Amino acid sequence: MEKEDMNIVIVGHVDHGKSTLIGRLLADTGTLPQGRLEQVRETCRRNSKPFEYAFLLDALKDEQAQGITIDTARCFFKSKKRDYIILDAPGHIEFLKNMITGAARAEAAILLIDANEGVRENSRRHGYMLSMLGVKKVVVAVNKLDLKNYSREVFEEIQREYGEFLNKLAVSPLCYIPVSAFNGDNVAAKSERMPWYTGKTVLEAMDDFPSEPALSENVFRMPVQDIYKFTRDGDDRRIVAGTIESGNVKSGNRAVFYPSGKSSVIKTIERFPVGIIENSSAGDAAGFTLTEQIYVRRGEIMTIDGQDPPLVSSRIKANIFWLGKQPLEKNKKYSLKIGTEKTGAYIDEILSVLNSSDLSASAGEKIKCNEVAECIIETDKPIAFDIAEKLGATSRFVLVDDFDIKGGGIILSNVQEVEQDIREKVLLRNYKWEHSGLSAEHRAERYSQKPVLMVITGENNAGKKQLAKALERSLVENGRFAYYLGIGTFLYGVDSDIKSLNKEQLNHREHIRRFAEVANLMLDAGIILIVTARSLTASDISIIKMIVSGEVETVWVGGEITTDLTADLVVESKNVPVRENVYTLVELLKDKRYIFKF
Amino acid sequence: MNHLDTLENKSIHILREAYSQLGNLCMLWSIGKDSTVLLWLARKAFFGHVPFPLVHIDTRYKIPEMIEYRDKYTREWCVDMVYGENSTALSEKTTYPDGACSRIDCCRMLKTEALTHTLSGEWPRYRINHVTGRYERDSNTEPYTGVIVGVRADEEGSRSKERYFSPRDKNNDWDIGNQPPEFWNQYKTDFARGTHVRVHPLLDWTELNIWEYIERENIPVVSLYFDKGDGTRYRSLGCAPCTHCVESAAKTVSEIVEELRTGKFSNIAERSGRAQDKENGGGLETLRREGYM
Repeated sequence: MEKEDMNIVIVGHVDHGKSTLIGRLLADTGTLPQGRLEQVRETCRRNSKPFEYAFLLDALKDEQAQGITIDTARCFFKSKKRDYIILDAPGHIEFLKNMITGAARAEAAILLIDANEGVRENSRRHGYMLSMLGVKKVVVAVNKLDLKNYSREVFEEIQREYGEFLNKLAVSPLCYIPVSAFNGDNVAAKSERMPWYTGKTVLEAMDDFPSEPALSENVFRMPVQDIYKFTRDGDDRRIVAGTIESGNVKSGNRAVFYPSGKSSVIKTIERFPVGIIENSSAGDAAGFTLTEQIYVRRGEIMTIDGQDPPLVSSRIKANIFWLGKQPLEKNKKYSLKIGTEKTGAYIDEILSVLNSSDLSASAGEKIKCNEVAECIIETDKPIAFDIAEKLGATSRFVLVDDFDIKGGGIILSNVQEVEQDIREKVLLRNYKWEHSGLSAEHRAERYSQKPVLMVITGENNAGKKQLAKALERSLVENGRFAYYLGIGTFLYGVDSDIKSLNKEQLNHREHIRRFAEVANLMLDAGIILIVTARSLTASDISIIKMIVSGEVETVWVGGEITTDLTADLVVESKNVPVRENVYTLVELLKDKRYIFKF
Repeated sequence: MNHLDTLENKSIHILREAYSQLGNLCMLWSIGKDSTVLLWLARKAFFGHVPFPLVHIDTRYKIPEMIEYRDKYTREWCVDMVYGENSTALSEKTTYPDGACSRIDCCRMLKTEALTHTLSGEWPRYRINHVTGRYERDSNTEPYTGVIVGVRADEEGSRSKERYFSPRDKNNDWDIGNQPPEFWNQYKTDFARGTHVRVHPLLDWTELNIWEYIERENIPVVSLYFDKGDGTRYRSLGCAPCTHCVESAAKTVSEIVEELRTGKFSNIAERSGRAQDKENGGGLETLRREGYM
């Protein structure tokens, strides 16, 4: 029978003996490569240091000098039942991010507590992080009992104190084990020095960790990693690639992609070198071709029609842990990565800040390093996700600041968006869309352009229309497919049924919605659409972006912006010739690769 | 799903992330079994294509079969092959086999320096022309900002500390104590100018996994790994003067798998045949900090 694999992390406070426990496990079970043990013994002899099992793992010079684990070392270990990858996570508070790196890869954890020192700050913090990371299989080993004369009272007191803490987190360890890693008591063999203990050894407890249930039973979710079109040797496949997070899929299933809501039937499931396979399931690094030529992009989640869909929103409630030296601040721009999606995001509200060591909550304006908080997050682009209690994989995200991952979080719920009704209309529209027989790439190649909506806005008489028409002329004369549309034109045609003399807010919103739907059609036809509208606000643009599936660029004409809009480009119109502004806009289109071979 | 499927899927996921997220990407191909498995995984990830160049550092002391093998599969799989070397050290005869320096210093010159300067584009690169079948000086001298490498965590201490996506700063430094966190399949894919990243898709694989996978997928490997009748074979490949054969009668892939699983090598470290590791307490670690793979 095939042996199982399992990743196990060993966590706990600094100096509570994690590396020693692992070294001991390796040595006592004879799974250590001979070369390694001799090498470390030899180094110890040469440096006149007593040999310690921990040195096996703390193999780096840095660490041997300081005597602490800086990073998560991995080692491989076999029992009769399983092959294990053991991750040794640093217990020092400064290295919480490394502890998380280790623990997030693990299915199960051994949490070590030093009998001599008792429950410490990081014993609790690591317990909290395990619950947050979703590691549910936990064993607590009370170590260094040799220093306490193998006392049953000491062991039971720690079990009581720590058990109370874990209870609050709804974590219930599978067992507590009294151990001396240094002497090997209850590690691989039962200790004769603690006859009062009749439970499992560490090794037995590991082998008794239940195996992970198959994720393929759940709903189908696959974050799209990439769309491949390799043309070498006449390959004309257009392959949607990604790793399946849960569920299973067959060719012929109808796929629906979120957040766009676009859908197509799966034509083939591709696999090298065999060619085509019939089905695929959770864990597979998969690839699909589709029957309809729909435009999907990296970041969307592929799902199966008829199953429970993911949520789509740009406002979420989440639990966050923060690891950055600089505190996490409200209203500052970060990048949020969830699955393969990446978007700008900011913290809109901090609901509570939690001390992960004593679980006390407080209000706060900032989240400092190693703190945990409940927040409302607003994202630039809508994201597709599940909530944590329903599906772990698609509820987890990280926050990036200054090029590095600085925090992580799990989504608790979505928060009602102001424009929820519009979002729902768009999802249904995309789902029902009867697709053209040509792909967007095909059109882009033919026209040497990608469609984009250029929204030119500004105060009355700022020269918007003049600029827009000049840009249209310049593009068309260079062989591009561009069209100018004044938003006012709508009022007497498309909007004739809702046009009223007193300008109500609702009508304005509907006016913007209808305009955006028409713009979306024109972009689908491959056009660069240039529109002018007076003094648009941030909320107008957010409605437009919600409806238009393609790209939107905003240009404010006339210096200072007088609404709450953040424009992609601001141009002066007084004292600047129109052709100069046209040049600036064409450069923008070239820079962002909307037009090429220009 | 068995353990090889799990490893394969994870590695493919990492390769696809690298291809999607990193700028000027290349993959190192040492001709050894690990980077050959990596090349096979790339062909799986990209459905038969390898959409980035493979870079090989030629020390000119490689065992001849290795170069023959490299050029055979370069042609057969139509890969974009590039090599670089330290031509100064070779022409001025300052290497260990010339009797001019220690093994470690030789590694530093012929591998580390050659590699860092080939990646940065400062030293000449030679690229295969599939029409003529010859290597030509590459006019592209743009630095590679993403480098995919086949190191495994079980090889030695410092490699067990690696991330899947491991940043290197402007001076090529690896700041082991201050690596970015990596969790939930999210990797470091954002970079300041001038920095680059090494990608390690094989980190979780062991030597045994590599051979099991070669057996399962029927991947061609260089014949030096097999005993050809004299009772010896190479377990790990490098330069001829510093890599020694091990005593073993394994003539096929499945015999190697058996030998690693239950036989004479189930308890002996793979790099035991590499002389440079033994020169000081952490020779390889020092080299790796400087840019050795």
